[in-house]
Amino acid sequence: MIVAQAAGDPRFFRWDWVWGHLDLIGAKVLEHLVLTGIALGVGLAVSFALALVGLRFPRTYQPITWVTGLLYTIPSLALFAFLVPVTGFTTLTAEIGLVSYTLLILIRNIVAGVQGIDPAVRESALGMGYGRRRLFIEIELPLALPVILAGLRIAAVTTIGLVTVTALIGKGGVGFFILRGLNRFFDTEIVLGTALSVLLAVAVDLVLVTTERWLTPWSRTRGAG
Amino acid sequence: MPEPMISLEGVTKVFPGSAAPAVDNLTLEVAAGEVAVLVGHSGCGKTTTLKMINRLIDPTSGRITVAGEDVMTVPAPELRRRIGYVIQQIGLFPHRTIADNIATVPRLLGWDRTRIDERTDELIALVDLDPALRNRYPRELSGGQRQRAGVARALAADPPVLLMDEPFGAVDPIVRSRLQDELLDLQRRLHKTIVLVTHDIDEAIKLGDRVAILQVGGVLAQHDSPAAILRDPAGPFVEEFLGSDRGIKRLSLMPIRDVPLEPGPVVSRAADPEEARAAMARYGVDWFGILDDGNLEGWAWAADLEQGPIASLPARSFRVRLGYDDSLRDALDTVITSHTGVAPVFDGERFVGMLTAEAISRELAR
Repeated sequence: MIVAQAAGDPRFFRWDWVWGHLDLIGAKVLEHLVLTGIALGVGLAVSFALALVGLRFPRTYQPITWVTGLLYTIPSLALFAFLVPVTGFTTLTAEIGLVSYTLLILIRNIVAGVQGIDPAVRESALGMGYGRRRLFIEIELPLALPVILAGLRIAAVTTIGLVTVTALIGKGGVGFFILRGLNRFFDTEIVLGTALSVLLAVAVDLVLVTTERWLTPWSRTRGAG
Repeated sequence: MPEPMISLEGVTKVFPGSAAPAVDNLTLEVAAGEVAVLVGHSGCGKTTTLKMINRLIDPTSGRITVAGEDVMTVPAPELRRRIGYVIQQIGLFPHRTIADNIATVPRLLGWDRTRIDERTDELIALVDLDPALRNRYPRELSGGQRQRAGVARALAADPPVLLMDEPFGAVDPIVRSRLQDELLDLQRRLHKTIVLVTHDIDEAIKLGDRVAILQVGGVLAQHDSPAAILRDPAGPFVEEFLGSDRGIKRLSLMPIRDVPLEPGPVVSRAADPEEARAAMARYGVDWFGILDDGNLEGWAWAADLEQGPIASLPARSFRVRLGYDDSLRDALDTVITSHTGVAPVFDGERFVGMLTAEAISRELAR
């Protein structure tokens, strides 16, 4: 009945439908942000652990990028299909997939960020009596931050797009509208879901750029030449 | 010799995967308050030697002590906080302000905020940095300013020992020369024990109380004062390393003060023309200097004597004059470019005598 009504409407985008479903839209946007947040948080934690291993034991770095690279190439649709029989239609299933896709980008950027630090900075820090741990936390990490955050921005935008795919396993954030719109030929929902996903990506990217500028005041100033 | 501040005993370093040692059985002592310069071509192991003192590199064998303590018995970070370290690229932390960079070691040592702030201000003044740069980031500074900040940072916790690896290698020659002078000036006030690595023999001669010349493979070719090395180079390697202008380099270490001066063809205002002629004949010149009450007023040509008594002659002023503490290197330029081959030397305003080209070459021959 509803499907027929929606499909029969000649208008491409119905604002009145949007106004009538603000609660649902709000809930789905929130779900989208939560799914993205968890994926990035867990992804960052796992990536840091693996990047540290890769930096400490350089021989492990290649296998780490090889495995995470392989994960990255698995089509998301297939990955969720494989996982459902094991973990069901759950947030866990969604997050396993989402986290997997952040790893390659994040690990690569953390390692590149740390390796890209001027060797003279590291040498002078060690020469003045920094221990390994403090060197990493006080010197290497802040200096690698711009590169790490650049990776996080790519991972965030990618993840926000991918979250829509998890609509297939009953999650999906604003992807819910895209899938339902497709099922019942209701353009308004497809457009809404797509637009919200894009807007979320842009908004989160903006937040991250602002965060980066705030966290790295030293890179803002002009050089003396 | 009193207990050395730094001593290396039979120190050898062989890097893994390399057959030849980078440093081979090196024994070297650095006295407290001395500037020791390690100099040599690239690959002579001078930087490796330096880095073994603060354990950035651990020796394969041998013993290194700093202030009587075997460096291998002290945890490396603790040891390094007691030794100032300056490298060519300075390595200031780009994410920290100049003040925070300077405060690095005090912070590692856990000083309290007020003490750190006071010390930072003191150091900024000490190395002659503009206090307005305090809260700037390193990239906003010029090369020379960064170098000064690097030295301030190395001196922050007042370490007795300072290690410097090509500290002036990254700045242009004019700034370099000024920074070298500043280091010498700083050292006169602070009396640190400094080990400085350079490939530049002129820098070594200028800065070193003693200079260790290393040969490829970390073999000590000679270790002595710059003057002694220039006078008696130990073998053909050192001779070649010093260059063909070794004699001229020696002159730069000798102040005029150390050379016997000639009274010169100089007479007083009251003298009669015969005295002036005799003085000129003694030196084989056709001019004479005029003294007035011990002051060298100027000079006159022999021909001027025809115009009247010396007392009434107009004194021509000397175009060249040397200071008592100028080096013979500077004096040489002056003496050989003055057509008379002599130049008057002054101690402040007081005339002390004439320096001749012969006196300089006599000094070189000694």
